[in-house]
Amino acid sequence: MVRFKQRDIISIRHFNKEELLYILDLAKQMEQMDNTELLKGKVLASLFFEPSTRTRLSFESSMKRLGGSVIGFAESGVSSAAKGESLSDSIKIVEGYCDIIVLRHYLEGSAQLAADVATIPVINAGDGANQHPTQTFLDLYTIQKTKGTLEGLTIGFLGDLKYGRTVHSLAYALSHFGAEMYFISPPSLQLPNDFIDVLKDRKVKCHENESLRGISRRLDVIYCTRIQKERFADPVEFEKVRGIYRLSRAMLEEVGIKNDLKVLHPLPRVDEMDDSLDATDFAVYFHQARNGVPVRKAILAAVLGAIA
Amino acid sequence: MKHLDVAAIKDGSVIDHIDSKSTLKVADLLHIQNEEQVVLVGINLTSKFLKKKGIIKIEGKIIDQKEANKIALIAPNATVNIIKDYEVVKKFNTVIPEIIDGIVKCFNPNCVSNHNNIKTKQHVVNKNPIRLQCHYCERIMGAKDIVLI
Repeated sequence: MVRFKQRDIISIRHFNKEELLYILDLAKQMEQMDNTELLKGKVLASLFFEPSTRTRLSFESSMKRLGGSVIGFAESGVSSAAKGESLSDSIKIVEGYCDIIVLRHYLEGSAQLAADVATIPVINAGDGANQHPTQTFLDLYTIQKTKGTLEGLTIGFLGDLKYGRTVHSLAYALSHFGAEMYFISPPSLQLPNDFIDVLKDRKVKCHENESLRGISRRLDVIYCTRIQKERFADPVEFEKVRGIYRLSRAMLEEVGIKNDLKVLHPLPRVDEMDDSLDATDFAVYFHQARNGVPVRKAILAAVLGAIA
Repeated sequence: MKHLDVAAIKDGSVIDHIDSKSTLKVADLLHIQNEEQVVLVGINLTSKFLKKKGIIKIEGKIIDQKEANKIALIAPNATVNIIKDYEVVKKFNTVIPEIIDGIVKCFNPNCVSNHNNIKTKQHVVNKNPIRLQCHYCERIMGAKDIVLI
């Protein structure tokens, strides 16, 4: 039986296939629903110790569209953390002011620590390079909505696969749905070996490539991520890979793709995706960002027990 | 009479069949430096099962199963003998527990457990070869990454 009431949302690894699909179903209902009073009288504390635009604003928008209210801060400099207060103490204080906590923090594992300390539900809105489960829910929702299914798809992950938390979480989630996965990156930014082992343990067919050439026609979805210049010790090495991983309409036409390919990106993009793609049917990344609202509405309503 | 490489103790615990290279790590784990009675440590002793083994004998200390299980993390073949009046009165194997509490440091420098005053915790995802997953940051560490607190 699926149960979300009063549950922490910390890692995508904590959810089975039935639970993932339950939230996607609920998100679909939320998308068709006008603003409601489902969470009237409930207060969300939005604790962002690290900058964010999409995640923070879509959580706030979701809560308000469900009739609830939001308190919190958008940078650690204005919280008591600046005075040296421990995260555990901050959480114990804040939980007295609200019904649910949404936390983004630069340290990996901080959301789990908060969940262990708090007596109210905690939602992880990104903990360092570790997890960002609500992003994964909205990535799944976008794929399901644009491809019509999550089952048996061939997905290409492109860009920074070493540090990209969204890639790790989405790949794990898609392992429930029999996906075949291509991991396309320069050698220095390949998926960590321990994570490849996790996927192989879960019987995922994984392939590692340095280029889209030769494999692009097999892909149903490309999940593109930003290659971060600061990860390269040698700027010349960065310049070498920069062009290879720059998606454009012309580049996709040149390497050859399926007509119904969809391109996702968690955003923000810098120059890894040309705006010539924006007007094509392949590009779904702006819809993806917009899907943050129905998905987060679904999660908030389920966790706060507004929907059985 | 049987020759002993490491002298016998009267009352206490003997941790035997330690992989030789892990002997000092086990000694560290047991905080033998805090013991006030005799502690004997032998390394590179001949063994039927392991080519070379280590052994630690602690006078006046009784190791229980819970403590023995911590030893299993770094010396999975170790056995514990409880000695009373020079005789073995109890013998048991060490067993790797499902959860490791407060004895292994997370190897991820960006893990919250390395920045806040909290007890570390790992879930054992595989016993042989050993693989531990940090309860907080979810990173998986192997035998080579294990550092005791």
